[in-house]
Amino acid sequence: MVEKLLEVKDLKTHFHTFKGIVKAVDGVSFKLNKGEILGIVGESGGGKSVTGFSILKLIEDPGKIENGEIIFNGENLVNKSEREMKEIRGSKISMIFQDPMTSLNPLYTIQQQIEEVLKLHTDMNAKQRKQRCINLLDDVGIPQPEARLKSYPHQFSGGMRQRAIIAAALAAEPELIIADEPTTALDVTIQAQILRLMKKLVKEKNTSLLLITHDLAVVAEMVDRAIVLYCGQVMETGKIDDLIHQPIHPYTYGLLNSIPRLDDQKKRLSQIEGMVPNMFELPEGCNYSPRCDYCQERCLQEEPKIREIHEGHRVSCHYPLSREG
Amino acid sequence: MFKYVTKRVYQMILVLFVVSIIVFFVMSFTGDPVLMMVTPDATQAQIDRARMELGLDKPLITQYFIFVKNILRGDFGKSYVFKQSAIKLIIERMPATLELVFVSVLLSIIVAIPLGVFAGAFPNKKSSKTIMLGSLLGISLPNFWVGMMLIFVFAVHFRVMPSSGRGEVVNFLGMRISIFTADGFKHIILPAVMLSIQSLAILLRLTRAGMMEVMKQDYIKFARSKGVLQNSLLFQHALKNALIPVITVFGIQIGKIIAFATVTETIFSWPGMGKLLIDSINRSDRPVMVAYLMIVAFIFVLLNFIVDIVYTSIDPRIDLR
Repeated sequence: MVEKLLEVKDLKTHFHTFKGIVKAVDGVSFKLNKGEILGIVGESGGGKSVTGFSILKLIEDPGKIENGEIIFNGENLVNKSEREMKEIRGSKISMIFQDPMTSLNPLYTIQQQIEEVLKLHTDMNAKQRKQRCINLLDDVGIPQPEARLKSYPHQFSGGMRQRAIIAAALAAEPELIIADEPTTALDVTIQAQILRLMKKLVKEKNTSLLLITHDLAVVAEMVDRAIVLYCGQVMETGKIDDLIHQPIHPYTYGLLNSIPRLDDQKKRLSQIEGMVPNMFELPEGCNYSPRCDYCQERCLQEEPKIREIHEGHRVSCHYPLSREG
Repeated sequence: MFKYVTKRVYQMILVLFVVSIIVFFVMSFTGDPVLMMVTPDATQAQIDRARMELGLDKPLITQYFIFVKNILRGDFGKSYVFKQSAIKLIIERMPATLELVFVSVLLSIIVAIPLGVFAGAFPNKKSSKTIMLGSLLGISLPNFWVGMMLIFVFAVHFRVMPSSGRGEVVNFLGMRISIFTADGFKHIILPAVMLSIQSLAILLRLTRAGMMEVMKQDYIKFARSKGVLQNSLLFQHALKNALIPVITVFGIQIGKIIAFATVTETIFSWPGMGKLLIDSINRSDRPVMVAYLMIVAFIFVLLNFIVDIVYTSIDPRIDLR
């Protein structure tokens, strides 16, 4: 039986800057089931991270959640007070950050930083907490965990720090983990290890994972379903196999096409022409139209609405590519 | 650690040695103390005899070595005016100054740190802007003027605070201390406020700047994502990181507070060693001046040493070797 854990409906998070309003997230909707891994994919500036932070309501001024519902376990987080959110953060929903070099407080030991979650969200006594920290470090594959508890972050390598951060995120056994580009700052061999570790831990504990990344290779290996974001809007969503093998939105197709192939003899790598548009001056009609190879008259005038093409496979495009293409 | 401390102690001795050279030679250029001591109608023979008695007839270098030899035995010479041991005179008055300095330092910390944290964490609030405006005033207003205004407003106009002196004193650990009596406490408020204002403002601004920087860091966001409560986020996660530059400047500020105590003590007739210094300068009482400068230099060096030790207890990345 699939149980729904999180449902985001028409989320709009806007930043009110001096220069104007940036619609970083503009009407994003998606669902996440218990134990499922959902990927959020897109280029830089697509609104991926802001979506993640919005769920925890960690949007700072001048940003604001303007509209929408974030239904977590049947409760709408948008209406929760800061005090109520503090009880959810770390215990029900936790977050893993992009850069392990800067995410740990340099002045506290690894134990203090993991233990903090337990102090805040569990009734464990000091001895139990210490034991739990040791187990967690062991789980994330840090050798000699007991000796490492007293280490400071600067005594850890990047990969080990990210493991420690994962340990902290897992500490209170949350139901949802939001991982914001968890492997971007790590080198490739460590990336694979960390991803495998996360997948294993998440599947073991039946935790849901929201994996934010720009790396399609990561997504292909990790997630069950994915949503593709562009300029704060969902372009395409569906099962990962459908997205990778039969993309129907030109943007997804472009992203996939941009991955260099080892068996390709071409001199130039393919890419999506142009750049992500200035968020202050979004184009009329479809946001992707200026860069789209398949752009037609209608795309320049009318914003496409998201619709289901095939079971569970939704797209926001007037002229989606055919599924066989 | 032990190795580091020994190294630092050597450095401190070296610094004090250099200070002793500077102090001694600069002092010997500040006029002839003999002329201040003898009666105006003294004969040349009397003057020469006085000079010989004080040892001022010997070459400067010889005088210096005698001076150093005496210092090492703890003897800074006798005050020309009081005919007492100079060091004893200063130590007698030291509790009054230390007490004043202590209260001022405490006052700056208690006020500056929380306000700085607040203004740094919420820079857009109106109250933060008011705090920053106040700190600007604290930095720019001349210290002596603030002291006189305090006297004018609270002592002369409203008559709620005493304008001078130390009030009632009690014996505490062999020192004569006034803050433990109600009367003495009342006497220390105005001078302490005057003495602390400038360093308070500087610490406040530094704390704020540090906090603003730290609040943008990823580890603060990470802490928030763990559900850390506001107070512990600000005063533990953030403040600890913002504190390193504050402590550096704080070490210097304590030194400045000790130095400025001379002005405060003069304005409020506070019977501390700063006032003794001013009196001694007016009377060309060389041994007292020298002893004062050496003691203050020693306090300075010691404070900086303590500051360096404090660093390591805060930041594990700072290595003492």
